[in-house]
Amino acid sequence: MGRITLEGVQKSFGPVHIIKGADLDIPDGAFVVFVGPSGCGKTTLLRLIAGLEDVSGGRILIDGHNVVDVPPAKRGLSMVFQSYALYPHMSVRGNIAFGLKMAGLPKAEINQKVEAAAATLNLTPYLDRKPRELSGGQRQRVAIGRAIVREPKAFLFDEPLSNLDAALRVQMRLEVTRLQKQLGTTAIYVTHDQVEAMTMADKIVVLNAGRIEQYGSPIELYQKPANLFVAGFIGSPKMNFITGPEAAQRGATTIGVRPEHIAVVDDGGEGWSGKVLIAEHLGSDTFLYVDAGALGTLTVRCVGEKRLGAGDAVTLRPEPGRIYRFDNNGLAIFA
Amino acid sequence: MARKVTGRHVAISTLAAWLAGFVIFFPILWMVLASFKTELEAFATPPSFLFFHWTTENYATVQERSDYLHHALNSLIVAGGSTLIAMLIAIPAAWSMAFSPTKRTKDILLWMLSTKMMPPVGVLVPIYLIYKNMGLLDTRTGLVFILCLGNLPIVIWMLFTYFKEIPKDILEAARMDGATIGRELIYVLTPMAIPGLASTLLLNLILAWNEAFWTLNLSTLNAAPLTTFIASYSSPEGLFWARLSAASTLAIAPILIIGWFSQKQLVRGLTFGAVK
Repeated sequence: MGRITLEGVQKSFGPVHIIKGADLDIPDGAFVVFVGPSGCGKTTLLRLIAGLEDVSGGRILIDGHNVVDVPPAKRGLSMVFQSYALYPHMSVRGNIAFGLKMAGLPKAEINQKVEAAAATLNLTPYLDRKPRELSGGQRQRVAIGRAIVREPKAFLFDEPLSNLDAALRVQMRLEVTRLQKQLGTTAIYVTHDQVEAMTMADKIVVLNAGRIEQYGSPIELYQKPANLFVAGFIGSPKMNFITGPEAAQRGATTIGVRPEHIAVVDDGGEGWSGKVLIAEHLGSDTFLYVDAGALGTLTVRCVGEKRLGAGDAVTLRPEPGRIYRFDNNGLAIFA
Repeated sequence: MARKVTGRHVAISTLAAWLAGFVIFFPILWMVLASFKTELEAFATPPSFLFFHWTTENYATVQERSDYLHHALNSLIVAGGSTLIAMLIAIPAAWSMAFSPTKRTKDILLWMLSTKMMPPVGVLVPIYLIYKNMGLLDTRTGLVFILCLGNLPIVIWMLFTYFKEIPKDILEAARMDGATIGRELIYVLTPMAIPGLASTLLLNLILAWNEAFWTLNLSTLNAAPLTTFIASYSSPEGLFWARLSAASTLAIAPILIIGWFSQKQLVRGLTFGAVK
C-alpha cells in the first residue's frame, strides 16, 4: 500500500514561503508527476514527502498515518536522486544492498533480493563494479535498483533523467514507466520537462510559485486547463494567448488557442490574416510564427508538407470548439 | 589532436624532473653527508662530495652532549598531541560549516585564515607573558596548546574543503536507506572522507614537527622538542657544522620516514577534488 495524502502542507525557509499550502491525494499505485518551472517548489515538495525537509505546517499522511515527525528512513519510501547519489566506495552490489543491510536482513536474503533486482535492471554483469566504472545510464539503473530492492510504499524520483543524453532519456523513460507498472508501486516523479510529465504520468500535478495549479490526468490538463498558467505550461509549442477585442467578443479577458488547433486556410473565408515571420520545418511538422497584427505573434503547427516561408501572407482560422476562454483572474471559463 | 609524445620528449622530461628533484633534495643530502664528515672536512673549500673520511663520531658526540631521545619524545608528544587535539576540534567545526552553513560561515572561515597572515612575532611578547604568568613556559602542555591553535585554521580549512567535496545527496541517500547518524558516519562518511582526514593529519603533523618559532621561544629544556635540540648546536662559541648536521639529520629523520611512506596519501589528499 502506498497512498500519500498532503493536507495544507507548507514550507518556509526563513521569510521565504516556498510551499504555500498543498493539498493532494495520491492513490495507491499511481504514477504522479510534479511538473513546473524552475523554483516552483516541486523538489521541495518531494523532499517534504521524503522527510529530508521538515514541514512548516500541514500534515503528510502515508496510508493514513501522519508522518511529519517520522524520520525519512521510517517512512518506507525510496528516493532516486538527480545526481544518482551512489556510494562511490561501494560496489554495485554494496550500493543496492545498503538499505537492506541497514534494515538488518539476513545475508542470504539480501543476496537473493539484490540478484533479483539486478536481473530486472540488467545489472547482473556489473554487480562487482564500482559506480565510477559505469556509464550514466547504468548508474541511474543502480540508483533505481537501490530504490526497488527495499520494496517501498512509494518511489520518489527527483529529476532522475536530467543528467542523461536525449536518446538515453527516452529509453530510460520507458524503462521507468514499465518498471513502475510491473511493480505497481506508487511513484512520485519530479521533472521540469512537460514531455516527460505527459508521457509517464497517470496524473500530473502542475506547480507554480509554491502552489498547486492543477491536478489531473495528462489529457485533462491538456483539454481542460484550469487557468492561464497550466494552459501555457502544458503543450508544446505553447498555447497562443490573445487579449483585447478578439477575446472580449467571446466574453473573455484572454482567449487561448493551441498551435495545433489553428488551420492555415486559403478558401478566402473568414480568419485572422497575418504574415509569416519564421517557418521552422521539422519534417513531420512545420511551425509557423505569424505576425497577426493586433493579435500579436501567433504560433501555428501545420503538416510538414506546408511550403510556406518568411514573408508569405496567410489566413489563420482557429477550430471553433478549441478556443479556451479565461477571465480577468486568469481562470478558465467553462461552458 | 592529441599531442605527440616521443621517446625523446619522455627522456628530456624525465631528466628535467630528476634534476629538479635533485636540486630540491640537495640541501638535505648535503646535510646528511656533512654529518658524516669531521669538523675540518665539513668546513673545507673546495668541499669534498663523497671522498672524505667517513665517520659516525658526530652522532656519538651529539648523543653524548644532549639527550636526543628526550627531545624526540617531546617532539612526538607536542606534534602528535597538538595534531590530535586540532583534529578533534576541527572535524566537527568543518563538518558543521560544510553541511549546515549559515550566512556567516564564509566570514568565519576567512577570519580564521586571516589569523595566519599575522607574523607570529607580533604576538610573541603578550603570549610569552601570558605563558609566564600561567606557568606554561617550557611545558609540553604549553607547546601543544600554542601549536594546536596555530595550525587549527589550516586544519579546519583543509577539512572544510574535503567535506565540501562530499555530495549532500549521498548523505541524504544513506538517510533514506535507513542509516542512523552513527551508521551514516561509519559506512558512508568516514570511508569517503578518509583520504582527506589522513592527509590533513599528516600535513598538520609535519607542520607541528617542524614548527620552530614558538618552540624555540617558549621552551628551553624540559619541553624542548627537536627544533630546540638543533638550535643548541649553533652556539656563540662558533658553528660546528658537522655536529649541527648530525643533530639536524636525527631531528628530521622520523618525519622524513613518515613522509616517505605516506607520500601517496599526501599527494592524493593535496590534489583531492582537483579533477572530478
